[in-house]
Amino acid sequence: MRGRRRRQIMDHVEIDRAIKRIAFEILEKNKGHEDVILVGIPTPGPALAERICRHIENVEGVRVPTGSLDITFYRDDIDDHPKPMPKATDMPGDISGKTIVLVDDVLFTGRTIRAAMDALMDHGRPARVQLAALVDRGHRELPIRADFVGRNIPTRLHEKVKVLLTEHGAKVDEVAIEEGDLE
Amino acid sequence: MIGNSNHLLGLDGLTRDDITRVLNAAAGMKEISARKIKKVPTLRGKTIVNLFFEPSTRTRTSFEIAAKRLSADAVNFSASASSTSKGETLVDTARNIEAMAPDVVIIRHKFSGSPYMLADRLDCSIVNAGDGSHQHPSQGLLDIFTARERKGDLTGLKVVIAGDITHSRVARSDIYGFTAMGANVHVTGPPTMIPVGIEAMGATVQPSFEAAIEGADIIIMLRIQLERKSGMLIPSLREYARFFGLNAERLAIANKDVLVMHPGPINRGIEISSEIADGPYSVILDQVENGVAVRMAILYLLSGGIDEMVD
Repeated sequence: MRGRRRRQIMDHVEIDRAIKRIAFEILEKNKGHEDVILVGIPTPGPALAERICRHIENVEGVRVPTGSLDITFYRDDIDDHPKPMPKATDMPGDISGKTIVLVDDVLFTGRTIRAAMDALMDHGRPARVQLAALVDRGHRELPIRADFVGRNIPTRLHEKVKVLLTEHGAKVDEVAIEEGDLE
Repeated sequence: MIGNSNHLLGLDGLTRDDITRVLNAAAGMKEISARKIKKVPTLRGKTIVNLFFEPSTRTRTSFEIAAKRLSADAVNFSASASSTSKGETLVDTARNIEAMAPDVVIIRHKFSGSPYMLADRLDCSIVNAGDGSHQHPSQGLLDIFTARERKGDLTGLKVVIAGDITHSRVARSDIYGFTAMGANVHVTGPPTMIPVGIEAMGATVQPSFEAAIEGADIIIMLRIQLERKSGMLIPSLREYARFFGLNAERLAIANKDVLVMHPGPINRGIEISSEIADGPYSVILDQVENGVAVRMAILYLLSGGIDEMVD
């Protein structure tokens, strides 16, 4: 871990506020919760989807369906990177004709979202697909943008953005930037 | 990579962690077979050759379906219609196949060790789909996967493998695999069918079938392989069925939640009675179903990519 520095860019209050705002924006853009399904990309997308779901429930009094969509099988870098372990996919029934909101922690190159869209289409034909990301750090490699963004954070390419959530063992929610090892 | 190899030749040398990784990957693959569209693009552009020098329905079909569900191109090559019947050697046949640039070659051959010979000589990944009476690692892994699915942690469970251990490649892979997972493996069968020194692989020999299945958590029945001259090791099939056939009366000695497995094809009324094969303790068809997921995991882990795996 030599030469690695980290700095916090969102604390738990800011994360909660951002998620709450995303929940409101989803309701606003879709004129309510009708036919909306929140689908998280593991990990920690499903945990974020669940939090958005709870905020929507607080406002509308209804739990929108949530799901989890693994993209391992749809990656385009299978030959150049360590083999990722497939994670659970758990879709809430038929998604055809629904509004799917993909939920990811960090929007970066856009390749994960490309893979997620391909994966989604194998489960049905949604009416529309929207994207919510807690952090947009730029450096897109594909023509993809988010519909709902928690925070835009300019980053350098070699930096890593970490989203730590209590659901996944963190003591307290946090978004931090870590600098990669400086050669 | 499986363990630290580009090949899957046997289950010896694999640790509990190595095996668990394959099982975890297979668990992720299983969901694909439950979808309406049973196909993902993961291995698009990869070529997988089934090189089968022995007859096989289940294993070859299972590997072929596994390859196709991952979008790899699967090519079947069967010995009866091939150049080996014209006198070509195994290595020449394999080199010719290799010249067509496959990514994985799956081989079944009647000679023990033939996949090892190819692994030394070819650049692509080799999967052993059964070599003589040596090993059948994908069957061993799917047995362990099926057991883990029903039982959870396998540590300390009593696993009994019964029948013609001498000729069984499944038995050898199961002994190594289940032992690595922490289970206690017992083998039983007529003395002529228990190879000398099998204890060295980690199994306990129990000559009495009843004593072996007492308190068993998992019973793996092996087929009497008449094509491998199993018949010469026993007086008659009827006598074998009487002493080593699994029936309801014998099963009652095992644990209440025992699982009965069989690598197939089954000889009804010989090593296993129909009421057991089709009964509530039998997971024989689960094994076949899980076989596809486990083989998908094997192909996924061996095809391309760099060494290390991340979670």
